Amino acid sequence: MSYLEYAVKSTPSGFRKILYMNWPLTLLLISVASAGFLMLYSVAGGSFTPWVEPQVKRFGLGLAVMFVVAFVPIWFWRNMAAVAYLVSIVLLILVELVGTVGMGAQRWIDLGFMRLQPSELMKITLVMLLAAYYDWLPEQKTSRPFWVLLPVIMILVPTFLVLRQPDLGTSILLLAAGGGLMFLAGVHWAYFAAVIAAAVGLVSTVFKSRGTEWQLLKDYQFRRIDTFLDPSTDPLGAGYHITQSKIALGSGGWSGRGFMQGTQSRLNFLPEKHTDFIFTTLAEEFGFVGGFSLLILYALILVFCMATALATKDRFSSLVTLGISLNFFLFFAVNMSMVMGLAPVVGVPLPMVSYGGSAMLVLMAAFGIVHSANIHRPR
Amino acid sequence: MQRRFSRRAIVLGGVQAAFVGALATRMRYMQVEQADQFRLLAEENRINIRLIPPTRGKIYDRNGQIIGQNAPSYRIVIVREDAGDVDAVIANLSKLIPLQEEELERARTEMRRSAPFLPVTIADQVTWEDISKVAINAPALPGITPEVGLARHYPRYEDFAHVVGYVGPVSDYDLSQLSDPEPVLRIPRFQIGKVGLEAKQEEVLRGKAGAKRVEVNATGRIMRELDRQEGQAGADLQLSVDADLQQYIQARLSGESAAAVVMDCETGDLRAICSAPSFDPNLFVRGISVADYRALTEDKYRPLSNKSVQGTYPPGSTFKMITAMAALEAGVMGPSDGVYCPGYLKVGSRRFHCWKRGGHGRIDLLNSLMQSCDVYYYDMALKVGIDRISEMSRMFGLGIRHDIPMSAVAEGLAPNQDWKRTVHGQEWLVGDTANASIGQGFMLASPLQLAVMTARLATGRSVTPRLVKSIDGVEQPTGAGEALPVDMNNLNQVRRAMFAVSNDRRGTAYRSRIIEDVYRMAGKTGTSQVRNITAAERAAGVIRNEDLPWERRDHALYVCFAPYDNPKYAVSVVVEHGGGGSKAAAPVARDIILQALYGGTPPLEAYPVADRDHIKEQQLRLESDQRPKARPDEKDRA
Repeated sequence: MSYLEYAVKSTPSGFRKILYMNWPLTLLLISVASAGFLMLYSVAGGSFTPWVEPQVKRFGLGLAVMFVVAFVPIWFWRNMAAVAYLVSIVLLILVELVGTVGMGAQRWIDLGFMRLQPSELMKITLVMLLAAYYDWLPEQKTSRPFWVLLPVIMILVPTFLVLRQPDLGTSILLLAAGGGLMFLAGVHWAYFAAVIAAAVGLVSTVFKSRGTEWQLLKDYQFRRIDTFLDPSTDPLGAGYHITQSKIALGSGGWSGRGFMQGTQSRLNFLPEKHTDFIFTTLAEEFGFVGGFSLLILYALILVFCMATALATKDRFSSLVTLGISLNFFLFFAVNMSMVMGLAPVVGVPLPMVSYGGSAMLVLMAAFGIVHSANIHRPR
Repeated sequence: MQRRFSRRAIVLGGVQAAFVGALATRMRYMQVEQADQFRLLAEENRINIRLIPPTRGKIYDRNGQIIGQNAPSYRIVIVREDAGDVDAVIANLSKLIPLQEEELERARTEMRRSAPFLPVTIADQVTWEDISKVAINAPALPGITPEVGLARHYPRYEDFAHVVGYVGPVSDYDLSQLSDPEPVLRIPRFQIGKVGLEAKQEEVLRGKAGAKRVEVNATGRIMRELDRQEGQAGADLQLSVDADLQQYIQARLSGESAAAVVMDCETGDLRAICSAPSFDPNLFVRGISVADYRALTEDKYRPLSNKSVQGTYPPGSTFKMITAMAALEAGVMGPSDGVYCPGYLKVGSRRFHCWKRGGHGRIDLLNSLMQSCDVYYYDMALKVGIDRISEMSRMFGLGIRHDIPMSAVAEGLAPNQDWKRTVHGQEWLVGDTANASIGQGFMLASPLQLAVMTARLATGRSVTPRLVKSIDGVEQPTGAGEALPVDMNNLNQVRRAMFAVSNDRRGTAYRSRIIEDVYRMAGKTGTSQVRNITAAERAAGVIRNEDLPWERRDHALYVCFAPYDNPKYAVSVVVEHGGGGSKAAAPVARDIILQALYGGTPPLEAYPVADRDHIKEQQLRLESDQRPKARPDEKDRA
């Protein structure tokens, strides 16, 4: 079923759209963002500057963007998908050329009023493009090699560009989100099995080559992989952050050390405590109760997205909604695994909570699309 | 189509749910099961224990005058993060006050290594004047602050250098000597006793370090103090020494290489224990300069050596009382038995000479001691044998180490036959006995031991020396001892002879007598040879001391006690290479004992009429000589 089959009259229009907004989802987003404000206030040592104030402003802007996006009919976004994707690609290339060097990697373009991270934008536009692609593609062609190759290229081009910045975390998220979307679209199991088998084979071959005469990587490269996978082998270097993060998280205990009482974050043992490691501060100060509550909020957001996806009748809406929710899931799952020492440190922020402009704005816009899909579904 | 989508959506949702479950489980595991462990790690991160160095105990003399104290000492520190351009600031500072290049170099190295907020010392032991200059110019010197600390200071300067010693920073060597060094020793610039009482009573003086728990951040900056446990200051020591008497003696000995000990006959209290020349221990606290140190080590009078307890000398004729006591106790002679002195005694093929070439003729105990006849003692010694003489020496405190808390307290030597066999692998010879009888040959005694000997002769009790009178106000056991297992009649004979030495017109120390009746003194001179007199020289006439180079002159000794009837003080004086005991040592000892008896400058009436003029002159000179209590640089500190 395509949007053309919608009876336009049966979808809400004008101010009536407000009534059809998914309000629980909106409230969830505000709660999560508020948890973020609270933690940013805490890590600033009980101050609205330097983080809470800009973050609140950006969230306000984000809400506005979300509503605007939500009220625009979903089919407009479907039509825009390819353009949005191309714009993102151009921006990614632009960041190569004029990007400001920050954090050792070229990641953003300074727009004057904010710094734009095209890779954040890319996460959503890729999902949009793929959703639109499968909406357009006749279903019987979904698993034909040529029609599988096309989306693979759509995924690999931005992945490669992001990897060059270098931003490993985001490239992995792009790959995972793109792959997930192809899976949802119904591409044959065998392709996934083949890719996974090939990846496992490649990795094991590389590792088996270690110490033999046909060694595929240099020794120092292997050592870097070692530290990457297990930071505890380098407790004062790469392992320091993760060790301190685990200490902070664990020391929170059941109910935490109290608001603004987290010694690990307050005394600067935690790195990047306002961005990538903000969850650690939350877990230290509010304990398992606080950390688990945030996890539940995140899970509920996923549930609402899933409900929207299953309720919408057209392929684009379903795919784009689940793609966005998958992106969101990958965001917090990778971040939390990282701070709990389950995954290597790859520099993925905690969505809606970590301090940062682009990611939050883009996520709010993406949830705008989810709202749009919800509002403009036939009832 | 929609069915497949739903199916896959549910698969994906299931995967996501499983992952969220895994995250929750992991979180629960870390925050509930392992919470205590992580809490502990967090506390370890955050809490540092800093030691608070204890205040070192003070040292007083018996009258409460300060000998060793903790005076404020100023240093200048720089904080890198406040200074900005460190080199420029240091350059500005060096225009104001003198800075040492070595110290600066060390400070720069330290700054490179330590956190930018930690203060680094760039000048230590700065005078008050320089501190004021820095304070006034503070606006031009960002990051520079004067700090005040406590440093050991010895306000009596040279007087107690050998007794009290000095402190200095803990060295790697000091640490290596200890199996389990207290953590407080690792505090930078922490000072411990290096020599003398400061070193021997280190445990008492040091006290116990306190500790404070502080919260630090990741870079080690102290955020706040959590709690503190005050340490325990070191115990104050009160010495038996009288600082004024000590000061007088040091001044009296100046110009000589000499030692003197004043001991209380009853309690064994060391009223003074002097070695000259001396040095300023404060130089060592600050870190002595190479030039100063070289001057001290190259001085032929050896200012660094503590002659009073560490230096051992052949006691010479001062030993004759012991030989006499051994002979009397053994019953080989009576006090009135005579010996004929022809000027020598032939032992085997060798002649042992008396100092008087013509001999003393027939002579008894009283006269032999009074005139210091050697032959009488050769004869006695040969009759009684070295082993009994050695035994008597030990009974009187020679050849044994007295336990006082000073560095390198010498054991001396009271030899016997076994000793020579074990140490030299040779048989004891009769000639060795003859030499030992007059305190020559192998015999060695320190001025401290001679003072103990004299005190024991004076009282007939086994007095032991006591240096520390009280620790933190707790009186220490005195050195009063048991009665010696000797016949008092014999001892009285010897004492009577010692009285004659000083008070009989023919006595060797008659010229250094005391004429104040209640303070009459008994003593014994000694002149110990440091060279052999060859037969040829003896034939040509023994070269007079004045004609010899200083190093080859005889040591002059004198031991005495007073008052004779009721002995209060025993004194021993050794003047290295001073010549004859009666001339070089006895007058010094008399001045000292009078000073002690009168508790200050004695009246001229105590001296023989003939001496009064030059004594008066000497008293005036010494009074003006005695160093002022505060020196110019003292005013800076006050």
